Amino acid sequence: MANVEYRQATCTYPGMSAPAVDALDLVVEDGEFMVLVGPSGSGKSTALRMLAGLEMVSSGEILIGDRVVTGAPPKARDIAMVFQSYALYPHLSVADNLAFPLKQKGVSEPERTQRVLEAARLLELEPLLDRRPRQLSGGQRQRVAMGRAIVRQPQAFLMDEPLSNLDAKLRVQTRAEIAALQIRLGVTTVYVTHDQVEAMTLGHRVAVLRDGVLQQCDTPRRLYEHPCNVFVAGFVGSPAMNLDRLPFDGTVVRVGEVAVPLPGAAASAARQAGLSEVVLGLRPDALFPVTAGDSNGAIRLSGEVHLVEDTGSDAWVHLNTPGSPAPLRLVARADARHLPSVGERISVAVRVAEAHVFNPTSGLRLGD
Amino acid sequence: MTTLGPMGVEGVAAAARVTSVRRRRHGSTPASVALLVISGIWLFPIYYMLIDAFKPNNDLLHYPPQLWPAQWTLANFQEAFKVNGAGPTVPQPSFLTSLFVSAVVALVVVAFSMAVSLFASLAVARFNFRGRGTMLVALLVAQMVPFASLLIPIFIELNKVGLIATIPALIIAYVAPVLPFTIWTLRGFVASVPVDIEEAALTDGCSRLSAFWKVILPLIAPGLVATSIFAFILAWNDYVYAYIILGNSGTVFGQTEETASVWLFGLINPSRVTPWGELFAASLIFTLPVMIFFLIIQRRLAAGLTAGAVKT
Repeated sequence: MANVEYRQATCTYPGMSAPAVDALDLVVEDGEFMVLVGPSGSGKSTALRMLAGLEMVSSGEILIGDRVVTGAPPKARDIAMVFQSYALYPHLSVADNLAFPLKQKGVSEPERTQRVLEAARLLELEPLLDRRPRQLSGGQRQRVAMGRAIVRQPQAFLMDEPLSNLDAKLRVQTRAEIAALQIRLGVTTVYVTHDQVEAMTLGHRVAVLRDGVLQQCDTPRRLYEHPCNVFVAGFVGSPAMNLDRLPFDGTVVRVGEVAVPLPGAAASAARQAGLSEVVLGLRPDALFPVTAGDSNGAIRLSGEVHLVEDTGSDAWVHLNTPGSPAPLRLVARADARHLPSVGERISVAVRVAEAHVFNPTSGLRLGD
Repeated sequence: MTTLGPMGVEGVAAAARVTSVRRRRHGSTPASVALLVISGIWLFPIYYMLIDAFKPNNDLLHYPPQLWPAQWTLANFQEAFKVNGAGPTVPQPSFLTSLFVSAVVALVVVAFSMAVSLFASLAVARFNFRGRGTMLVALLVAQMVPFASLLIPIFIELNKVGLIATIPALIIAYVAPVLPFTIWTLRGFVASVPVDIEEAALTDGCSRLSAFWKVILPLIAPGLVATSIFAFILAWNDYVYAYIILGNSGTVFGQTEETASVWLFGLINPSRVTPWGELFAASLIFTLPVMIFFLIIQRRLAAGLTAGAVKT
């Protein structure tokens, strides 16, 4: 096992002017589970493939265990990769698929057999060892792909959206299994996904990429509570954060007729920057419906409900709130047992302390 | 993993898929009847060749024709195999030698065209290089040119380099029309192997070359079989090229030789009575290798052709 490091690593595809991955600086500690997340085209898969040796590094360096591997072929990197399509060898049985990397390494047959059986036991693949990949279900194939990675005992696991071909229920189950396996084996893991729930639940740290540029790398909690810019704020969290550009008068922002005071540090930073507008970010959790009789002194916004999403344990209420110049669309978290109906006018209280404030020009976070 | 789901459910689902693949479709009755009639029309000449090979000479020209031999004999085969004109009607050289020449030509054509088209198809399917599109179009256009129309240009070129009436000339003449087809077809097979699988082999410790031998080659084997058969049949069955380019003056093994198809036609000679019995017996022997080969691999061939056509 080893740490993995990107040093100003850049990849520009031939014929393209913009790099797919632009000067990436990232350190994955030994035994850490790092998730690379971002929308399509953000460069997360390219970054992983650069680490695997499947994509050329145009400039910069990549290190695995303090060894520079920038120009090394994949086989010299001692990594194991799990592909989105699983990429099992269709002409080989499950046992031969698992043994394939060991054969390439020149591991003796008795040891090979032992290690294949160990991996098969760990992943409950023993009854399937004689089958061909086409005779397996999606979940079984996924486990064989995991097994092929485990059996090598590599320096690092690389996983490229390994759950995206599974149905929703199996995905949740396998996600938990991967997390348990990584803790058990303690192997440095770099995991690519576009699913932020996967990223937040699996990663010790999560690196958010956009257009090939690393936006923020932090623990899931920190990413959620302290997004460094508007993009991360909008990308992390489901439903997404309410982000609205609003007039700022030095102390408060105005949502229609309602004055919403900003957290002190954010207001101070906005004043210093001489901003007359800021982007106010409120997570749906920071907005909750209140009845007219509640008088706890919280700032309230009112609006008309136009959609209610009831997920069973939670409910999300979409409402239109008067604003300037245009009405705001807000999403608030509601008690699933007391849901408003569509068309109803309701009030939502704002947890001002949980507000996020961003510079509307640079998109960067204001305050702490 | 420590907490795994219901293996049974996954297993049943996989088994159901296998069963559905095995399920056969049944066509309608009129379609089956039409198929039988067409098959009958196609198979009748083969049947007639088969029974006539075993008829005595006297029964061959019997009118009305006998659809089932009144007498069976192996004399026609014995006559056909008599070496170097031992029988009064058999032309030189021997049938056995001509079969050997045909086999050498066909197998060398297969080996050479497979070796070239394997790597060429890999190049056009996997690598981006200048002129790749033009090359693909050229491969396609080359297949549209009728085989027979290439005869004269190929003859002239071979004549210029002094190869006419040699076995290598005939091999080159067959490889020329075979290659565009085999490269184009194999390209489809190579392209249908997901790049992920090749990359998995690279990360599993293979070099590019060993990934090709250990992973891609086994997966495109049905394509190799399918295209090999095409090349073999073309070289084995051809008459026109063999007659014009090699004639009966091939110089393999220091003797004048000809291919089996040319030898067969040599039996029909206006200056004497055609030995129909020997002709049918020799034709049957000539047909057998291709038929046996085809019957053995036909299942694999069908799988290979469809596998190359559609990416699954």
